[in-house]
Amino acid sequence: MKIKLFLLAPFVLGASFLFAQGTISGNAESTFQYLNEDTVIGANQPPSKGLINSYMNVFYTNGNFKAGMRLESYLPRIQGYPNRFDGTGLGMRYVGYENDFVDVTLGSFYEQFGAGLSLRAYEDRALGYDNLLDGARIIVKPRKGIVLKGVYGYQRLSFQEGRIVHGAGIVRGTDAEFHLNEIFKKMETSSLDLTLGASFVSKYQKDDNSTLVLPENVGSYGGRIKMLYKNIYFDGEYIQKEQDPSNDNGNIYNYGHASVFNLSYTQKGLGILISGKSVDNMSYRSDRTKDLQDVFINYLPALNKTHTYNLVATLYPYATQPVGEVAFQADVMYTFLRKTKLGGKYGTTIGFNYSTTYEPKKTYNSNYPSDSTGIAYKSTPFVMSDSLYWQDINFNISKKFNKKFSGILSYYNIQINNDVAKISNDAQGVINAHIGVVEMLFKLKPKHSIRTEIQGLFVQDKDGVINDKGNWFTALIEYTISPNYFFSFMNQYNYGNPDKTKRVNYPIMTCGYIKGSTRFTVSYGRQRAGLFCVGGVCRFVPANNGLTLSFTQSF
Amino acid sequence: MKLSIITLFCFLVGFSFGQEEAEKNMKKLPSVVLKNLKGKSVNTSEMGFEGPVVISFWATWCSPCKKELNTIHDLYPDWQDETGVTLVAVSIDDEKTKARVSPYANAKAWDYEILLDPNGDFKRAMGVNNVPHTFLIDSDGNIVYSHNNYAPGDEDELYEHILELGSK
Repeated sequence: MKIKLFLLAPFVLGASFLFAQGTISGNAESTFQYLNEDTVIGANQPPSKGLINSYMNVFYTNGNFKAGMRLESYLPRIQGYPNRFDGTGLGMRYVGYENDFVDVTLGSFYEQFGAGLSLRAYEDRALGYDNLLDGARIIVKPRKGIVLKGVYGYQRLSFQEGRIVHGAGIVRGTDAEFHLNEIFKKMETSSLDLTLGASFVSKYQKDDNSTLVLPENVGSYGGRIKMLYKNIYFDGEYIQKEQDPSNDNGNIYNYGHASVFNLSYTQKGLGILISGKSVDNMSYRSDRTKDLQDVFINYLPALNKTHTYNLVATLYPYATQPVGEVAFQADVMYTFLRKTKLGGKYGTTIGFNYSTTYEPKKTYNSNYPSDSTGIAYKSTPFVMSDSLYWQDINFNISKKFNKKFSGILSYYNIQINNDVAKISNDAQGVINAHIGVVEMLFKLKPKHSIRTEIQGLFVQDKDGVINDKGNWFTALIEYTISPNYFFSFMNQYNYGNPDKTKRVNYPIMTCGYIKGSTRFTVSYGRQRAGLFCVGGVCRFVPANNGLTLSFTQSF
Repeated sequence: MKLSIITLFCFLVGFSFGQEEAEKNMKKLPSVVLKNLKGKSVNTSEMGFEGPVVISFWATWCSPCKKELNTIHDLYPDWQDETGVTLVAVSIDDEKTKARVSPYANAKAWDYEILLDPNGDFKRAMGVNNVPHTFLIDSDGNIVYSHNNYAPGDEDELYEHILELGSK
């Protein structure tokens, strides 16, 4: 017994010593809501009255070894969060080893191939989006400029009773990227910078359908290029997907394709960007029966500017239609330099942005579905019909007038086809809205400043009647004391609602305390129903009235 | 019983010694490989700058982030002369808005080092909940200060911390 003990002691001592070394980092966030019943805005009080979401990430690295986990807790989930989140438990965990040549991970991981058209596993905690892969990943760098990746795993579908619930199908993929300027000595000093890449992804899901013959293995593959020449940048990716009958596409046997490109020109004071995207039948999920934002293997970004002002961002946002769309975007930013006539003392920046999305042009198969092909129509990349899904024309001017006062003036015209990109139950056809925003910032004295926003949204009548919820007005005032405090008050007034009983105010008060990487906020008031979007992925948040406390911490 | 007590004791002793060791080293920058705007891979733990480094997480859709970086832009030449600081602006824009990063940064004539973190790998590793989030790294690669959020005037506090590093 004693001998054993002596043998054991140094081991334990050593192991714990090692463990205490290395680096631990992470973050935590907790959001608590206490909600009231408010029949005027259609806000319900949940049976438990109180709701709370929390999570904490802990990452550990020691030399080449790494491990990490996230504990999540929904007791129960806050309003608007996906409805299949409950309990407390591990939502993510992994171990891994990494050196300059190889990086291997076992457990949960996030990954993106190229632009993500073939594979993107990512998280957005604010949105409740998490399609991580649970399995194994290897990244190999055989020499400078070459990165090879292999992934294998099940996707996270939901989190129930404190446990990860996986999607039905298995996902595997491989990706290679070559940065030619780092690989070939001759190109090292070349002014043309070139990167090439290719990826192959496949999913397997059992055919459990008795009437259809479903492909159990569905592949998706393609290539990409990235070029930089002096001030000109170009990138493009094309991905094709094999036959993948699913709930999304109405069980058709078409191939799918997606392509995206960006072309930009920049110099000091000027930035120009032109982008294009074409998507057809590209909903690619590890479970063919799922919908909404569940178990997407790929990522199809919406091609438009992400707006930040409340009325612009949350009333009429646009998310990609994975079954098909063709989109274009142009963006120009220019700064009139200091001490010029238009620039003034500090310079003036103007921005213009235009984006538009149409349905792809489809040549329908007249024999569908009676013929055996299962192919419903044909489409060609970037060929579009005249059916408008979305259009956004906006510009803004930002100017600093003097040391104490600066402002931004913006105008937006947004058109969104509510029959396709369903955004409201009250709207007819294409919603056409004009929005104006004036933002002003006043510095009162060192560390003290006031920021105000005045926003107006005007919806064009449709066939002589008010469309959707009509006009809105928003005012916001925010007082900040650097670096610790902020107080803000916002009121939204739906003064143009066709239903006079719904012409209501939505006032909300928020206070915050920030110390280093700790942040507390308290808000109380009404919030209208709206779409909360990040990166073109949106979630509907119902109207609510009550108290919200939130806490975030990084360590 | 004795065995378990002694084991526990050994563990605790080892742990506490290890802790002391860790405190001396402070928190280091995690190693994540990101691309810069020129397409070159950059390992975040080996960026190779001399002097202090400010890492600022931002996005083209984040107004306070842009306010912070545009404010520092006016002060940056003086900051660099006085302290030799380098600012690394890490964009968390994903594929939806990533292509707007370079046009925006150039239109604003920023002189920062810009890195792209489209899938949030570095953001996650640094424990960033929301942007803007700014970190100050000393010349040994230790994270010595961090601040979440931006309010006008926060840049002065950041600069005070940069100056403190210089006087050491």
